[in-house]
Amino acid sequence: MKAPLKWLISYTDIEIESKEDILGLASDMTMSGTKVEGIENKADEISKVVVGKCLELYPHENSDHLVICKMLVGSDTVLQIVTGAPNARVGAYIPVALDGATLTNGLKIKKGKLRGEVSEGMICSFEELGLDYEDYPGGIDDGVIILQDLEDFKDMSEEELNQLVGRDIMEVLGADESVIEFEVTSNRPDCFSITGLAREAAVTLNRKYIAPEIVVKEEGDEEAKSRISVRIEDPDLCSRYIARVVTDVKIGPSPKWMRDRLQQAGIRAINNIVDITNYVMLEFGHPMHAFDRRFVRGDEIIVRRAKDGETMMTLDGIERVFDSSTLVIADKEGPIAVAGVMGGENSGVMDDTREVVFEAALFNPVSVRMTAKKLGMRTESSSRFEKGLNAVNCAMAMERAAQIVEMLGAGKVLKGTVDCYPVPYEEKKVPFNVEKINELLGTDISRDRMVEILTSLEFKVFDDHVVPPHFRPDVVCLADISEEIARFHGYNNIESRLLTGCETTLGRKNRRQTISDMIRNYAKGIGYYEALTFSFESPSVFDMLNLPKESPLRNAFVISNPLGEDFSVMRTSMAPSMLKILSLNHARRNESVSVFEISYVYEKQEDENELPNHKELLSLAAYGDMSFFDIKGDVEALLDSLKIKDYSFAACKDEPYMHPGMCAKVFINGREAGVIGRVHPKVCDNFECPENTYLAFVELEPVIEAAVLIPTYKELPKFPAVSRDLAIVVDKEVPANEVEKVIKQRGGKVLEELVLFDFYDGPQVPKGKKSLAYSLTFRDNEKTLTDEDVNKVMSKILNGLNTILGAEIRN
Amino acid sequence: MLEQLEKIRQEFTERIKEADNAAEVEKLRVAYMGKKGALTAVLRGMGSLSPEERPKIGQKANEIRDYMESTIASRTRELKEKELEAKLASETIDVTMPGTKRRVGGLHPLNQVIDEMKNVFIGMGYEIADGPEVEYDYYNFEALNIPEGHPARDTQDTFYITEKILLRTQTSSVQIRVMENKKPPIKIICPGKVYRSDSVDATHSPIFHQLEGLVVDKGVTMGDLKGTLEIYAKSMFGSDVKVRFRPHHFPFTEPSAEVDVSCWTCKGKGCSMCKGEGYIEVLGCGMVHPEVLRRCGIDPEVYSGFAFGIGIERTAMARFGVTDMREFFENDVRFLKQF
Ligand SMILES: [Zn+2]
Repeated sequence: MKAPLKWLISYTDIEIESKEDILGLASDMTMSGTKVEGIENKADEISKVVVGKCLELYPHENSDHLVICKMLVGSDTVLQIVTGAPNARVGAYIPVALDGATLTNGLKIKKGKLRGEVSEGMICSFEELGLDYEDYPGGIDDGVIILQDLEDFKDMSEEELNQLVGRDIMEVLGADESVIEFEVTSNRPDCFSITGLAREAAVTLNRKYIAPEIVVKEEGDEEAKSRISVRIEDPDLCSRYIARVVTDVKIGPSPKWMRDRLQQAGIRAINNIVDITNYVMLEFGHPMHAFDRRFVRGDEIIVRRAKDGETMMTLDGIERVFDSSTLVIADKEGPIAVAGVMGGENSGVMDDTREVVFEAALFNPVSVRMTAKKLGMRTESSSRFEKGLNAVNCAMAMERAAQIVEMLGAGKVLKGTVDCYPVPYEEKKVPFNVEKINELLGTDISRDRMVEILTSLEFKVFDDHVVPPHFRPDVVCLADISEEIARFHGYNNIESRLLTGCETTLGRKNRRQTISDMIRNYAKGIGYYEALTFSFESPSVFDMLNLPKESPLRNAFVISNPLGEDFSVMRTSMAPSMLKILSLNHARRNESVSVFEISYVYEKQEDENELPNHKELLSLAAYGDMSFFDIKGDVEALLDSLKIKDYSFAACKDEPYMHPGMCAKVFINGREAGVIGRVHPKVCDNFECPENTYLAFVELEPVIEAAVLIPTYKELPKFPAVSRDLAIVVDKEVPANEVEKVIKQRGGKVLEELVLFDFYDGPQVPKGKKSLAYSLTFRDNEKTLTDEDVNKVMSKILNGLNTILGAEIRN
Repeated sequence: MLEQLEKIRQEFTERIKEADNAAEVEKLRVAYMGKKGALTAVLRGMGSLSPEERPKIGQKANEIRDYMESTIASRTRELKEKELEAKLASETIDVTMPGTKRRVGGLHPLNQVIDEMKNVFIGMGYEIADGPEVEYDYYNFEALNIPEGHPARDTQDTFYITEKILLRTQTSSVQIRVMENKKPPIKIICPGKVYRSDSVDATHSPIFHQLEGLVVDKGVTMGDLKGTLEIYAKSMFGSDVKVRFRPHHFPFTEPSAEVDVSCWTCKGKGCSMCKGEGYIEVLGCGMVHPEVLRRCGIDPEVYSGFAFGIGIERTAMARFGVTDMREFFENDVRFLKQF
């Protein structure tokens, strides 16, 4: 909300004398809850530009478009200025930028020569002063400002104009007002008005708020109700509708002071009648509307829900189609305004309007919000209604508008209002308890001080309750009262303490969080960078992943209002996110990249109304100078670091996005817990990743279950170990883990460790065979093993390998 | 005989000086003290000496033998030392050549910030809670005093799955889930992803992170809220920062506040980081609204509490000087390596 400073303080006894005063007011308002976003003063940008009078004007000898002006800028100071302005003329009062002046955007003006002629300054246009010519009736955009051509100066005598010579132009144009922009929170519709802000400012600075005095004279005996009637068909959406009739309207521009204030507050001046509705909206925070009575057919205003398919063109020239959720203002024939949002093109005030119906009404905030949203037109009016206004202020706004009509002589206000008020405003009682307020705040504020604060905010204070003023719908419970007290006591005057009165609690991570952080730190330690990715995806990734039509991964949660196709489904797999990271890094020529992330995938439940299963995964992704066994080794190392013993891998040929010959499922405690592999070349192509790209996914839940955080100590061995090597030749198809299984099973408990140290499938072994060489370590915890003992076990192992897997010893 | 011995000794002394490796020393030892050595020969000839001469010569010979042994030993030590020196010299490398680095990774800057915040609050006795990102409307809005039609719903443009299911717009939803399941005292924080339909640009992202905090117990006051968040702000932004509380509005807290910290770059004088204000807004907070407590089955007449919500991206951007939020989610390793 933009508040012109002079307007704001005109409702208070606050005095502002300097820049410091303005900054002080701004900072105090910020600290009492109405945050100042900025202070703007167009005149701050401009310096040393004064009104000048053109005494002489003649052509420049060396130019066919430049002229030379002699400008009077002080009682007897005349400057020579070279200009190209087409509209400069003798006798014109024109702003002159003196030597050393600053114009908008920091432009500096210096004395100089233009084509051989001295120019001691520059004459200025609106644009050069940072102003908009449209805010100054009579102004033009393709020439300098000529004061007497402007509506606001054209009635001045030459003597009056001469008085202006040498004076600061921004001051003369009334463009030197400081405008404070406040951030108004959604619970304070009253602060979306100058009077509301003035009230806050007054209480904040401990000064007086002076409400505008409203007196309507009403000329003649004719009553408004003789010309218009009002009927509310849907009192749930409109609890009050007040109309006033103004006759003998003379449409024209409103006075300069009013136009300036509107423009400073960010609203364009249109004509006196429309300006009055906007001015009152800014002043009291209650939006109003004005209809040309000629176009209220049947002289009746009907507030009703629209009929499905009913149409109307709004003031912005767009044809709108309504349904029964829209509240409209209608006449006998059809809609003439969208209630609380925008008026109709068919009933608006025009240059030849002679009779006006003013509307001040109270519409249901939710209904206005929904309508504005549905029609895609959030207006100054709708944004106020949707915060919740009140019936009392509604009537005040109407009276104020009538008063200003009379004040400006814009028309004749007929007697009385037509006031349809089906749901009267009721004062509410809110409990008031000094002790409880102090308990909640941790303060020791006296009752007197509390009463003082509340009274200045126009609350009526009783023994155990208060009655908030009508403009404070946000105050409904003791906590709300506490906030009012705290705001003006000063948040920063509340003494800080550290839950001294409360039970001590133990802060810690739970098992899941602990293990998750261990994994992250371990992954970092072995060279992976942690990534963070978006949890939504494009549905096109399913095809890019080669997923078959019936793949359950395609069954994703769909966002009904996504930012775009690319962000429209909740991911069911981490593969696309990871591949996109690799792809981006590859495109940027980063060699060898390893990243990891712990994050969720979202599995749809059978019941549409159930939340998805949030499944947490560890994802590793890498490309570069590496093999399948590098990423596998990383996964193994991670599991080892968590002291997980029972994990295994099995070949997997049917993961659609993985290389069918380089992919394995991961099992933890016998349960499938993940997949690792080299990415299928087609998928690499789809994502524009290098060919040697690897992915690994491990579900967190089984890891967390299997991890050992507190291991049990095992005595170090007392007896020596015996090592033996074992080299066998076996069919290529026999997986190494089968061989290991047999060795372990036959080796029994004396087999302490087995390590594969060589693999060979070259010409030295028969075709279709491969050679595996293991180093075995034997140890008995009860005694020293003899050669004979070990030989026995070795032959058991060999026997097993031979009979179960057809393996032969390799010589 | 004595002269002969003396000669042997002199000769040995000369030759041992010239022996410059272990083999030559050994040769000398054999030449003098071996079975056929010069000294051995003298000693063997002792039998032919007169009984008067024998002890004299014997003593002398023994003296020379001891002398030779110790000289050989010290010469050997000397040579070994020299040899080692030579070996070490020959092994010298250029230590300024680059080391063989082990691969090291790194944690994501946003998570580093979250980790640090977690540590601060764990130290103050907080547990870490979790809640779903795909959430019911009830937890995200309804239970937080934001009913259907409330203007706050517009400022948090929400992604919907169905009419009742949405992507949470604030971690505050976790407050409700915690209070429904746990009786006071409650002291939790909850970091996590939140979603709002903001188009991607330098300061907006449809996905970002928050850290929610909630304390509910008997006798919790706004003074406790202030004290807690002052500790937080000082441990995150430096013990010399000034912390100020400004009234604000959130539907689920009352009184509510925004917290500003004096700019750590310009020390409050005003710079581009703080847009000239000298203060940077770091979080929103307030006393839990009694209606919210009541809805979760906690009697607001008995218990009170406070809640706060911290934007992670904002904090991280200010902390590291990152100016474009998009970089956090691109995961270019050249970016990630910097943290
Ligand atoms: Zn700063």
